[in-house]
Parts: sequence; structure tokens; C-alpha cells
Amino acid sequence: MDLLQFARGPALTWAATVFMFGITWRLVGILLLKRSPDFSEARNATSWLGAVKLIITRSWPRREFRQRTLFAQSLGYIFHVGLVIILFGFAPHILFFKALTGLGWPNLPSAFIQLTSGITLAALIVVLVRRLSHPVLRLLSNFDDYFSWLVTFTPVATGMLAVAHFGARYETLLAIHLLSVALLLVWFPFGKLMHSALIFISRGTTGALFERKGASI
Amino acid sequence: MSTAEIDSTHPLELDQPRFSVKNPEARYDKQGDLSDAQRVETAMRYFVKDFGAVAATYLESCIHCGMCADACHFYVATEDPKYTPIWKLEPFKQAYKREAGPFAAIYRALNLKKKVTVEQLEAWQALIYDSCTLCGRCTLICPMGIDIASLVGLARHGMNQAGLVPHELWAVAERAQREGSPLGATPKVFKDRCEWLADENQVAIPVDKAQADVVVTMSSIEIMKYPDSIVATAKILNHLGLNWTFRSDGYEATNFGMLSGNSAWQQEASMKLIHATIAAGAKLLILPECGHAYGAMRWQGANIYGKPLPFRVLHISEFLAENTKNGAIKTKPLGKTLTFHDPCQISRRGGAIEAPRDVLNGLGAALIEMKDTKGVNWCCGGGGGVVTIHRADPIRYKAFQIKMKQVDDAGAELLVSSCSNCRQTFDDGQNHFHWDKTMLSLLELVADNLEDK
Repeated sequence: MDLLQFARGPALTWAATVFMFGITWRLVGILLLKRSPDFSEARNATSWLGAVKLIITRSWPRREFRQRTLFAQSLGYIFHVGLVIILFGFAPHILFFKALTGLGWPNLPSAFIQLTSGITLAALIVVLVRRLSHPVLRLLSNFDDYFSWLVTFTPVATGMLAVAHFGARYETLLAIHLLSVALLLVWFPFGKLMHSALIFISRGTTGALFERKGASI
Repeated sequence: MSTAEIDSTHPLELDQPRFSVKNPEARYDKQGDLSDAQRVETAMRYFVKDFGAVAATYLESCIHCGMCADACHFYVATEDPKYTPIWKLEPFKQAYKREAGPFAAIYRALNLKKKVTVEQLEAWQALIYDSCTLCGRCTLICPMGIDIASLVGLARHGMNQAGLVPHELWAVAERAQREGSPLGATPKVFKDRCEWLADENQVAIPVDKAQADVVVTMSSIEIMKYPDSIVATAKILNHLGLNWTFRSDGYEATNFGMLSGNSAWQQEASMKLIHATIAAGAKLLILPECGHAYGAMRWQGANIYGKPLPFRVLHISEFLAENTKNGAIKTKPLGKTLTFHDPCQISRRGGAIEAPRDVLNGLGAALIEMKDTKGVNWCCGGGGGVVTIHRADPIRYKAFQIKMKQVDDAGAELLVSSCSNCRQTFDDGQNHFHWDKTMLSLLELVADNLEDK
């Protein structure tokens, strides 16, 4: 078994297993904890509307906070949108998903994906520099923040190198790319990357609780 | 430390403009005789005691983006990163991951999260108490929607049981539990005051009626520092012709048990009001101009009672709004411009945002909203018990300057709010900065402008 076969086979399979099991374990571990009943007289009975509202509206800053958070929010949007475009718009990725699920969709031009990858990597580098230099972020940051950054950055970077056939044989570059994806999948349930699932639970929870009280969301 | 020792070591200064204890410069305070190890163990045990899916979701969700700092008046005023709201919970996040999270076994086995130390908790005392008013502005900016203020509340449970509360706050909470009021407004003092105010102002102030439709409560700050609020309340309720009463077995709505993090004291204070209202057969309990009293009873009271309350609970501004809108309260036109300071626990976190505006509309006042207003209003800096903690004065005054600028920029003739704790903080700030703005009470404004029947 060569490196590419290993990466395509056992590495991705085991990584996907850890990914699925880890996510399930973490979500179940949170969601099965007790929820105390609330006997107070609700101001608004339809608290689920608050959950939906907060999930949607918290995706951009309120007017009052815009000035102070515009840069960070814009940066976040750039690399998140970039990652989505790369993951779901690149032809080989679509073929992978089709083989896995049977579902396919039109791909975006390869040059556009390369451009997007470049922008995404640049944004991620700015994110890292900002985390290292901003006093608040430097104080808050721990291993999870830096390792999560690394396992996000690496698949994009190795993917670009593989497409460009730059630095090594294509098979080797592809294997490294797949192994970096495997690492991301393994780390995903344990660190902050889980926010891609938790964001809906956390926002929804606050939205529902606050809507019940008529509090600001 | 026993109660007697507390009173002699840190005597309460009741004659000062705001209550306090001496020796405010202590870096951190301790109560009781627990060992360091016991303090840590107790703090963590009580932190997770009321823990559930909601708190776990929040602690799992933080992405360390640091945006909460940009919403916090203490951070914005100082630019000191330690005042980042989520950082105030760092030892508790650490303990959660190590002891209670879904991967706690891995964290412990590999020692990926260290055990929390008493030195950490001592250092964090000033962050959990002195520099958090529980105002919840950070909740509105968090991209994950984490309600950080509620987590600080849970952390205070742990700190209280571990005996790691700032002395002033602990002393007033302990006094409230022992005497029924943090400011010495005992049942006897309260009754005497009502009697004196009734004579002085020629207004009927019923106390301890056996049966009443409405039970009214006050805050100790109003009773001792702003007694005109008692008179104003009586004038309005008499004007409406209601069968109402104060009850000497349940008159004090402040809840320093809640602010200091003592669940048992919180429960005791809340149950007094609940029992008194039930005993009077009342269908309505009116809460005073006090922010945290509203949260304690309106949103937590029924849960402490263990079932729905058999009466309605309204903040005085909601009560005034209802009766202004239905035409029962008629006032003379004010004819002045004013701006309204939203108390965090009533507006942002309590949901009674439009009620004071309805009242002001009824008063015919030209309301000039501040730039950031309603639910996003800046906190006065004195909530959550912070105004009691003297060593917090320097950062509180810095934070208050944000508020002063907001008010000055609005350019209104009058400044009004519906929380006596905010009012006390504004009065203190006005005195400190020799500011030309005086905070007025919404309740008193209505009472002073009632139309003669």
C-alpha cells in the first residue's frame, strides 16, 4: 500500500469514523444534560421564533457594534465563504461527494477555485496575525485556536499545491492533501471547529430563552 | 469569619452617600475558614450544581473571537484585555472542560486542562464581581449567541459558597439575610418610615392590610435614600383607587443573595415576597424601580416557588404603562425634552423595553433617545452589586464616562430612569465628576404630574 492508497483508504475511513463518533459524543454529552422547566409567565409564547430569529440575525453585527467589529466580521466571512466555495465548488470534491452520497451538482471553474483558495489562505494568514497581535485574542487563545487554524489552513494550501503540481509528484501532493483532510476530520469534534454545528444550538438556545422574556436578541 | 467579626473588621458605613464597608483596597477577600483546597472544590461543585444543557452549550461554543470585549463598558473604557467578558469565566471554563464536559475523561487523563487553583479564583474575584454588572450587553454581540452574563451568575454561585466574595457585597448580602434589608430597612424601620411619610405628605400608605388586590414592594435604596418613591407609589395607587398594601413580611424586593451568588439567601428573599402576596390574597405584585429585583422575581420567582405564581408580577414601569394606556392615569403635560436610561435587567434582559416609553408618551414628554438605546443601551456600571464594591470605583467611574457622553450627546433637558440602583450610580457619578445632570425617577415624575381628580 503506497501513501496515496493509505490516505484514500484507511486514513480517511478512520478519520471519518472519529469525526462521526466524536461529533455524536460531544453533542449528546451536551444535549442530554438536564433542562429545568421554566414556570415564569412567558411574555411571548412562541419562543421558537426567537431561536430562528437569532440564528439568522446574529450572522451580521448590529448597527451599534458594526464599527468595532466590521474588520473581524469581514475577515471571518471571507475565509468561511472561501472554504465553502472550495469544498463544494471544486470538481474533484463534487466527484468525491457524488461517490459518497450519489448527489452531484455543477462545478465552478478551476481558475476561480484557485483564486478563491488564494484569497482564503491570505485571509487565514491575516486571521493568524491578528490572533497573535491583538491583546484580547492573544490572551484568550490556547492550543485549540492555533491547531484548529493549522488544520483548516493546511488542506487549502496542500490542495492548491496538488492542483498546481507544485513541489512534488502529484500523487504525493494529493496524498498529503488527503492526510491533511483526515487530520482536520479527526480534530474536528474535539476543538472549536465544532462551532459549525454548535452555532445553531447556542444561538437557538439564547434566542428561544430571550424571546420568551421579550428580552433583546 | 463570623458575622460579628465582619461587622467589627469591616463596619458598614450607612451614612455615606452609598453603602459600603471600610477597607475597600483589599486585593481579594475571603469569608469562612475553608482551606484553599476546600475553597476550590466547593467553588467548582457549586458552579456545576445548577448546571444544565444550556450552560454546557454555552461553554462548549466559545470560539475565542474576543468580540464580547467590544460590547463591555469595562473593556471599552480601559482597553485592558482582562476585562473581556468571556475571560472572566476562564477558570470555570477550564474546570468545566476538565471535570464535566463530554471529553472530560480525556482532558483529565492527559492533563490537558490543569486543575483550577485557589490563586486563580482569588485573582478572578475582581473579574467576576468588580468588573461585571451582569448587564448582558456582551450577549448581544457574541456571534455564537452565548449568554455570558448567565454564566457569570453561575460562577458567582461557586465563588459565594467558597467564601470568595468581595467583602462589601458579602456583608450587605449577609445583612440583608439577617435583618431583611441590606441597608437597615428592617420591618420596624420600614413601618416607621411609612407612618412618618404618610403624616408628612398627607397621603394614605397602607401597611399590613390583611387583604388586598395589589401588594407593592420597594427596594432598600428607595426606602433609605429615596423615600419620595414610597410617597409617589402611594399617590399613584390611591389615585387609581386600588385596594393595595405594603406588607411588613414582604416589602423588600432587592435580592443581594442573587447578586452575591448565594442561592439559599436568594430563595429566602424571594419566598418572603411570594408568601406575603399569597397571604394578602393579591392578584398582582408590583416590583419597585430596581433592576435586579425584576429579574429575581419576574423571571426567577416562579422557578424558586417550583410552580407558576398565583399572581401577576409587574415592574412599576409596566404597571404605570398599563394604566397610562388605558387612561386610568392622567398626567399634566410635562413640556420638556428628556432622555431615558434603560436599566439592563428591566429592558435588555427583562423585556420591559417599551413600557417606560409608553409612560413618557403619556406624560407628553419629548423623548430624545440616546445613540445606543433600548436593549443595546450602555450600562451605568453600577449593576450586579458593583456599586457596593469600593475597590471597583476607579474602573466604574471610567465606564460611567461612556454613559455621561451618551447622555450629554442626547442633549435633553431631563434624564430619567426606572431603577434606583442606576439612580444611585448616577448620583455617585454626578458627585464624582461634578456633572450637571441629575437622574430622575420615572415613578416620581408621574406622581408629581398627576392630574387632580
